[in-house]
Amino acid sequence: MAGKATIIVHSGDMDKVYSALIVANGALAMGMEASLFFTFWGLQRLKKGGLEKGPLSKMNMLGLGKWMVKRRMKKAGAASLERLLQDFKELGGKILACDMTMEIMRIKKEDLRDDLISDYCAVGTYINEARESTITLFI
Amino acid sequence: MAEIKVDCTSETCPVPLVETRKALRKAKEGDVVEVIGTHPASKKEIPMAVKALGLELIDVQEEGGVWRIRIRR
Repeated sequence: MAGKATIIVHSGDMDKVYSALIVANGALAMGMEASLFFTFWGLQRLKKGGLEKGPLSKMNMLGLGKWMVKRRMKKAGAASLERLLQDFKELGGKILACDMTMEIMRIKKEDLRDDLISDYCAVGTYINEARESTITLFI
Repeated sequence: MAEIKVDCTSETCPVPLVETRKALRKAKEGDVVEVIGTHPASKKEIPMAVKALGLELIDVQEEGGVWRIRIRR
């Protein structure tokens, strides 16, 4: 029972990046392959120092809501995004960066965490990954 | 054959599942991985992962909210 999960990470919101990484890590843990395709606001989170910078998708309240949610997550023992990302890589997950977003948002390779990124690519690579996936999500 | 212990006490989703997988990847064939934790859903889901990975679930025990799952690689 193998299979593959391919997720487009379009949102840069903290809670949505959490969802993407949790689902992807779950897939890897259960023996599937997993790819994360970071595009638009999602790609901002792969900038150096940018992983935890996303707002909350709802009730952010200029960061107050995010602060409260983060505090509760810490109390619940939730892992940090950094830990989830490191685990994702350790379990063999693949990170793809959208090159058109880089052009539009004027993001250079050296602005990104290049060591984590397997490939800089476009929609063709996503389709190639997704067509052989049993799970594909847009977050 | 080694016995590998993984302590996920007070960790929540998806950490127990991920830590189990990390330990199983490092284990050699025949090694036993023992995972201890308190996250209720992981007690059900780690056995699901074991099945999906085609490995052997030795046993699942629970005492006072702490579960213990043993897996043979």
